[in-house]
Amino acid sequence: MDFSVILRTVGSLALISGALSIIISVAEKVLNNYGTCELDINQGQKKLSVQGGSSLLSTLAAEKIFIPSACGGKATCGLCKVQVLEGAGPLLPTEEPYISQQEREEHMRLSCQIKVKGNMRLMIPEELFNIREYICRVESITDMTYDIKLLRMKLPEGETVTFKAGQFMQFYTKPYGKVKEEVFRAYSISSKASEHDHIELLIRLVPGGICTTYVHTVLQEADQVRLSGPYGDFYLRGDCEELIMIAGGSGLAPIRSLVYDVIEKGLPHKMRFFFGANTVRDLYYMEEFAQIERDYPQFKFIPCVARPEPQDNWTGETGFVTVALENQVDSGDGKEAYLCGSPGMLDACIKILKDKGFTDQTIFYDKF
Amino acid sequence: MPQISPFIIFFASIITSNMILSNFLGMCSYLSVSSEYKTATGLGMAVTLVLVLTTVINWAVYEYVIVPLEIEYLQYIIFIMVIAALVQILEMGMDRYMPDLHAKLGIFLPLITVNCAILGVTLFMVIRHYGFFQSLMFSLGSGLGWWLAINMLAAIREKLKNAKLPPGISGAALSFIITGIMAMAFIGFSGIFTIQ
Repeated sequence: MDFSVILRTVGSLALISGALSIIISVAEKVLNNYGTCELDINQGQKKLSVQGGSSLLSTLAAEKIFIPSACGGKATCGLCKVQVLEGAGPLLPTEEPYISQQEREEHMRLSCQIKVKGNMRLMIPEELFNIREYICRVESITDMTYDIKLLRMKLPEGETVTFKAGQFMQFYTKPYGKVKEEVFRAYSISSKASEHDHIELLIRLVPGGICTTYVHTVLQEADQVRLSGPYGDFYLRGDCEELIMIAGGSGLAPIRSLVYDVIEKGLPHKMRFFFGANTVRDLYYMEEFAQIERDYPQFKFIPCVARPEPQDNWTGETGFVTVALENQVDSGDGKEAYLCGSPGMLDACIKILKDKGFTDQTIFYDKF
Repeated sequence: MPQISPFIIFFASIITSNMILSNFLGMCSYLSVSSEYKTATGLGMAVTLVLVLTTVINWAVYEYVIVPLEIEYLQYIIFIMVIAALVQILEMGMDRYMPDLHAKLGIFLPLITVNCAILGVTLFMVIRHYGFFQSLMFSLGSGLGWWLAINMLAAIREKLKNAKLPPGISGAALSFIITGIMAMAFIGFSGIFTIQ
């Protein structure tokens, strides 16, 4: 091929794509510039002047007001609801599945979907102001199983965190490899609520997961990480005699925190913890829970392995956690159930619990 | 190629050379967004708007950039880049100045970038050596024709929602059958005008 043809091809492509990107950048500067907007929060309690053009969720986060969100602004979790009294525009098709008729009348909106384009009036629950951001140092990364790591982080000197056992934190990754943007994901806190200067998270490697891959392959001890929280309404109600706890995989995290909370506060509740695993390789914290069982008769630990290998010499429960649940829990009277795990496992367990007389008021769960 | 009147091109691209019913272009969004009449109308409107704008701009790009530089072999890449850029700008502009319309069409716009009817109209325009006014009417007609076809399918599908259907036929299979019957019905128009 002629050299001039190559030159012309490359040159004209570069010119045209360059021209188009300049046009887009200029258009974005002009069209996406909404100037300074005033946000009025809780009837004049807080007033913010912000730069318009981004989503309400990220605008508020830049102002250190953290609205809980598990999916990171993709309109798939529906957690980031905020009451917007004025300035949000019509309900978007992406919001419709998450906003009920009653919420529509209360002007609830998904803060990740609506853009700040002018002055707005919003209502944000008081307790969300307690949510803070923490820059922590990774103290240790421990392999719990072949795909679950325990991440122990130390808060900056002099700072403390107060959370209810069972709540979760958002973990922010730094850009790495092909991931050019910061992303965040929600993880339950597995450490004791009485420990105010450390946070522990259990993170299972999800194949292709941006955040879990970051934790498993990029993150090193002594690195700095950014967390925000605590969030969530998965915590102990305790209006009963016995707590039935059910977890699978890294769903053990909030349950561990809950168990320690009950013990350390000296609460009288009996506890039964059903921990489901596929194989013996998926079990962890076995020694620790066995020790709690020996020290505190009120606590009973029931690990269930779905497919134990003959060479494992497994002597505990065999089969899915649902089987043990079916056989060992007689009725829902005087009991509350706390579940954390994959949607499939949770749905199966909730069905069994409801058959036994548990209700929506006595079943609490965290799906992931 | 003889010069065909732009008005004949306009009506022909709605009826005899319909983008969907005779060329089978832009089928993916046609099939997936046709379960409700209201959303189908929104998508049809968005496709028509984007078709007219991209075709006119691509005509100018072809006449004043591609032909003078003799880079016809790059036309596919350039047309796609122009379409993608235009849709982005259109979305930003709509969000700014027509928030109501954006709320209705916003989710369709990114979908349209990869709608093959859009690129198809541009390429037909090049192959058939259309002038400016011919291209304008061709794109407008093609857009309206696409809109007509998706609205007809959506209307039929809404009517069939309460019908008792044999299992296995509902959903995509039924949409294909309906489209086939509509296409056959449209053959009845052929002969009124010919542009391809």
